[in-house]
Amino acid sequence: MTDISPSPRPSTLRAWLTDPHPHSPAQARMQQLWRMWRKLRRNGSALLGLTILLVIACAAIFAPLVATHDIYAQDLGNRLALPSAEHWLGTDELGRDIYSRLLFGARITLYIAFLTAIISAPVGLLIGTLSGYLGGWVDTVMMRVTEVFLAFPSLVLALAFVSALGPGINNAVIAISLTAWPPIARLARAETMIIRHSDYISAVRLQGASALRILVRHVMPMCVPSVIARVTLNMASIILSAAGLGFLGLGAQPPSPEWGAMLSTAREFILSNSYVAAAPGIAILMTSIAFNLVGDGLRDVLDPRHG
Amino acid sequence: MQNPYLELKDLTIRFGHGASGVVAVQQAEFAIEEGESYGLIGESGCGKSTILRAIAGLNPHYEGRILLDGTELPKQRGKALFRKMQMVFQDPYASLHPRKMVQNVLIEPLQIMGMDRKQERIDAILSDVGLDAGFRYRFPHELSGGQRQRIAIARTLIVEPRLLLLDEPTSALDVSVQAEILNLLNRLRRDRGLTYLMVSHDIAVIAHMCDRIAIMKDGRMLEKLTSQQVRSGAVTEDYTREFLAASAPAVAREAAQAG
Repeated sequence: MTDISPSPRPSTLRAWLTDPHPHSPAQARMQQLWRMWRKLRRNGSALLGLTILLVIACAAIFAPLVATHDIYAQDLGNRLALPSAEHWLGTDELGRDIYSRLLFGARITLYIAFLTAIISAPVGLLIGTLSGYLGGWVDTVMMRVTEVFLAFPSLVLALAFVSALGPGINNAVIAISLTAWPPIARLARAETMIIRHSDYISAVRLQGASALRILVRHVMPMCVPSVIARVTLNMASIILSAAGLGFLGLGAQPPSPEWGAMLSTAREFILSNSYVAAAPGIAILMTSIAFNLVGDGLRDVLDPRHG
Repeated sequence: MQNPYLELKDLTIRFGHGASGVVAVQQAEFAIEEGESYGLIGESGCGKSTILRAIAGLNPHYEGRILLDGTELPKQRGKALFRKMQMVFQDPYASLHPRKMVQNVLIEPLQIMGMDRKQERIDAILSDVGLDAGFRYRFPHELSGGQRQRIAIARTLIVEPRLLLLDEPTSALDVSVQAEILNLLNRLRRDRGLTYLMVSHDIAVIAHMCDRIAIMKDGRMLEKLTSQQVRSGAVTEDYTREFLAASAPAVAREAAQAG
């Protein structure tokens, strides 16, 4: 047995993170994360996206602290007011403060986006990897079902589900999830079909691993990075679908400050008081762009083929 | 031959059906004694790796019989068989999971086989393949090709198999590293009393590693030789003579080294 620790214990965090001879599994994992972070840091647009997302997340978390008005308080004498010191982004058709409503709307938007991601990503991953790994009739059946879901435009499918289930945020989440998993399943299946013929899967088969073990411990970890990148890119379309449902009156219901619903009510005044519609519109735009930028960056960073 | 350890009887492997089907291996037969090192050699596409995959259990679609230690192997292999027989793959860049730390690569077979003293075994096997324990927490992309192949060999040996199937274990490596890995394999075979079945297109590698050699062409086993016969060129088939002539300098070098 050779000596394992010739170097003295690294003193600083940075040395610990860059030590070429990690001393524990935790250190090795942290080093991996550190390398990913360094890679992401070099990617300017991803960093910009991440910053915007952090701002939006902070706005959502600290909404009660930074909001200036009660979001339900109506002031009909001061409706459709221009931005001013009192109302930073003006007021809407019922005299409610748009800035405060926007902050609370961020909560709803992020809630919908993350809940949908949390529901659709595992479903898509599971169906995709199962289908790709098992092949045969399982693959045929699962992929035909997936194609049925893919054949409909997602907003139309979501509309159908919401009208069946009734309007509301949670039903919107379910409806959008139903339309969000098929592309992920296709992606995971394609990845799995490449992975399952690789030597490292053959090697673990020769160690007597069960199909379940191979799927969960060897195939899925390889699919997860691209699924994460894909879901992050999907976040933008999820937010747009949620806003679309809200806009059509099938998502969040008034007086909820959901951005799509805000946009929908502001539509009536879009010609005379365009700033009322501009605020939620720009918020939706910025969030979508931020998710896209981060998703692009994550795809580069997480790709296992680039170490 | 008395009680061969591994025996192939009339092994035929087809891919596809009917007119478009290809016969990859035709009536291959050989027997390997325990502790022996046997080489299969031929051009790419001659079916040598296909035989190896069938023996390992990666391709259950074969005709004929494969006998291990006197008993016929079933098409679906169980854990007990995988403990007796392991395979080293050609490309160490493809045979290690890119997301798994060395420690996890090595602990997995122990978990599957339900073996005890896991940490001790990992330390022991790492030093056996010439790597220090600092490699435990490395990821494959931080390792060189030779180091990866050492890890791959460690992964197969950690379950203490008796037969190792070697699918061109050095062809993806630098020439300087090839010799290291071949010497490592030779030492491990001596120390552990392993039986090797090795596939290669490199006659020098096979002559260095194997006692007996079979030449394959188009899915058939053309000729069986000993390593002495290969070195002295005492062959009967024209194809073998051509094959040897093409790689004569390498064999001569090898013979000079051996002598």
